[in-house]
Amino acid sequence: MDSEDEFMSEPPSGDEIDFDEGTQDSDIGSLSGDFDHDHDNGFGYEKDILANPQKPYEVDYRILSPKDIHSHQERQFNEVSSIIELPPEQAAILLRYMRWNKEKLIESYMDNPEQVLEAAGLGPTLAASPKTKTVKGFTCEICYEDDPTMQTYAMKCGHRYCVGCYSHYLTQKVKEEGEAARIECPFDGCHRIVDSKSLKLLVDPSIQDRYEVLLTRTYVDDKDNLKWCPAPECEYAVECAVKKRDLNHIVPTVRCAYDHSFCFGCSLSDHRPAPCSLVKQWLKKCEDDSETSNWISANTKECPKCRSTIEKNGGCNHMTCRKCKHEFCWMCMGPWSEHGTSWYNCNRFEEKSGADARDAQARSRHSLERYLHYYNRYANHEQSAKLDKDLWIKTEKKMTSLQTQSNMSWIEVQFLDTASKALQACRQTLKWTYAFAFYLQRNNMTEIFEDNQKDLEMAVENLSQMFEKPVNELGSLKVEILDKTTYCNRRREILLSDTAENLKKGTGCTSLV
Amino acid sequence: MASQKRITKELGDLMNSPPPGIAVALADEANLYQWKVTMEGPAGSPYAGGKFDLSINLPQNYPFKPPTVVFTTKIYHPNISNDSPPNSGTMCLGMLKDSEWKPSTKMSAVLEFARQLLKEPNPDDAVETKIAEQYRNDRGAYEKEARDWVKRYASGKK
Ligand SMILES: [Zn+2]
Ligand SMILES: [Zn+2]
Ligand SMILES: [Zn+2]
Ligand SMILES: [Zn+2]
Ligand SMILES: [Zn+2]
Repeated sequence: MDSEDEFMSEPPSGDEIDFDEGTQDSDIGSLSGDFDHDHDNGFGYEKDILANPQKPYEVDYRILSPKDIHSHQERQFNEVSSIIELPPEQAAILLRYMRWNKEKLIESYMDNPEQVLEAAGLGPTLAASPKTKTVKGFTCEICYEDDPTMQTYAMKCGHRYCVGCYSHYLTQKVKEEGEAARIECPFDGCHRIVDSKSLKLLVDPSIQDRYEVLLTRTYVDDKDNLKWCPAPECEYAVECAVKKRDLNHIVPTVRCAYDHSFCFGCSLSDHRPAPCSLVKQWLKKCEDDSETSNWISANTKECPKCRSTIEKNGGCNHMTCRKCKHEFCWMCMGPWSEHGTSWYNCNRFEEKSGADARDAQARSRHSLERYLHYYNRYANHEQSAKLDKDLWIKTEKKMTSLQTQSNMSWIEVQFLDTASKALQACRQTLKWTYAFAFYLQRNNMTEIFEDNQKDLEMAVENLSQMFEKPVNELGSLKVEILDKTTYCNRRREILLSDTAENLKKGTGCTSLV
Repeated sequence: MASQKRITKELGDLMNSPPPGIAVALADEANLYQWKVTMEGPAGSPYAGGKFDLSINLPQNYPFKPPTVVFTTKIYHPNISNDSPPNSGTMCLGMLKDSEWKPSTKMSAVLEFARQLLKEPNPDDAVETKIAEQYRNDRGAYEKEARDWVKRYASGKK
């Protein structure tokens, strides 16, 4: 295998990579202790991104807590407030109206303050704090109540309604419609925006809280360099300078304070090495072709030799038929023996047959087969990641119950957790390498890519296999598992680095515009 | 309940001094929230001479939520759907969207706006894009088709 030389001549990060060719098949683990720090935490290297992004597939970013986001906004309110000499609440409305473009706001305000205030719904300025009051002979134009003791409210625009109606209106806007920064006066045709002081005077504290949350949301939503962590209920945001136009050349993967990892470009979960636009195309294609390809991800298949039904329950793709003991690869259904020793190309689609295809039907069949080849592997890694995880959860439970019998402490068995996490991350990457490969132009880069893919796949299957060992054997496999984990992480790093370098150079994908 | 007082008042006003070409009644005497409106096609429009039935549904939390306005008489118009039910006759009116509706807006304004729309369609905000296109590019054909539909569906003979 010669791709190793490629890596040697162009190390991704100046780190020393010293792979011993001979150890790959039987004894992957015998790397020297160079990467020991990874044993503690399979992803330790990703945590340091903030300090200095060093790998080609990493980007600079900052994590913002809800408190950070709040103080960012306050700072800008005060700054603008002191420049244009308006109270901070009004600076807030103006900033939100201008979608947080401070420079543009100040410039246009200096140019024509009345026009800016009018457009932002502030009309003639108010200074004093707002109050509700009773008005003699007043009828509320929303509910037609005219009780003289009824409290009423109007903003500077003078459109007065009873407090009950005003509050109902605002509550509905905030609670049901999720509005905050752009709620207008209830009067038909009045575009004055309800300021936060007025709102707080009129609604319950729980609605006020919601309002604050929504205002904060708009701050992040309105700024191109900020994104919410898409994990449900997560309140962290990430600041990153990667622009939309850069997304064909970089996959900006970021991680919030809770370790939720996602793509800053499209908010999907980590899809390296495939760029956002390709991911979008791929997912759309999978959706459109779901019927043709549904059968593939099914969990049962037949043994290629004796045709008895085989169910897959771990993530490992090295299958052994219970009946005839035939060993084969779950993905390509080819004999396993060819996978380990010679380089059986399980990951590569044979393009030759397509080039020969003469008629349109053969070509279309070829293109379907080609798609299925990649989809099959894509879906399989997704499925395997899930199975690996299920298996680990089961193992973890067993270990807890066995702990008293074994003489290993809980801390000592954490290497399995690390290994499980590495498997998840590697399968996630592998999965996307297949979507990536589907769109990859065939050139001299492709071979390196496919070799990288194959190496990572082998490493992952080897580690995955360990996971299916009986629980009581796992303890004695600690060193081997640790080594295989390290090796997997290194293979993933190499693959990601290589593809990231190529993306940066703009080589590779056919359908990127 | 707030909405009942408001609806009663609006209904009373509409019945006592109806806007031109518009007649309002309850679809069912026992239900304040379901209205039946008859609208005359405005003069100077291809709908002139036609009588259109509209069904209006006021939500329970009216006037904080907008009413729904549905033409039950078939009509050839860029802003009124001629889909099969349940979308048939629904109207595309910006002011009737949740986000744009204001609780101070009265039904009289909604109805007058709807009648005005018969006179001046808004092809930029169309539900029937084919009709909108025709309205823009071949006004004569649009008017003829609209008049044909009036004769067929809205002539008042049932
Ligand atoms: Zn009221
Ligand atoms: Zn107003
Ligand atoms: Zn998160
Ligand atoms: Zn993305
Ligand atoms: Zn078999």
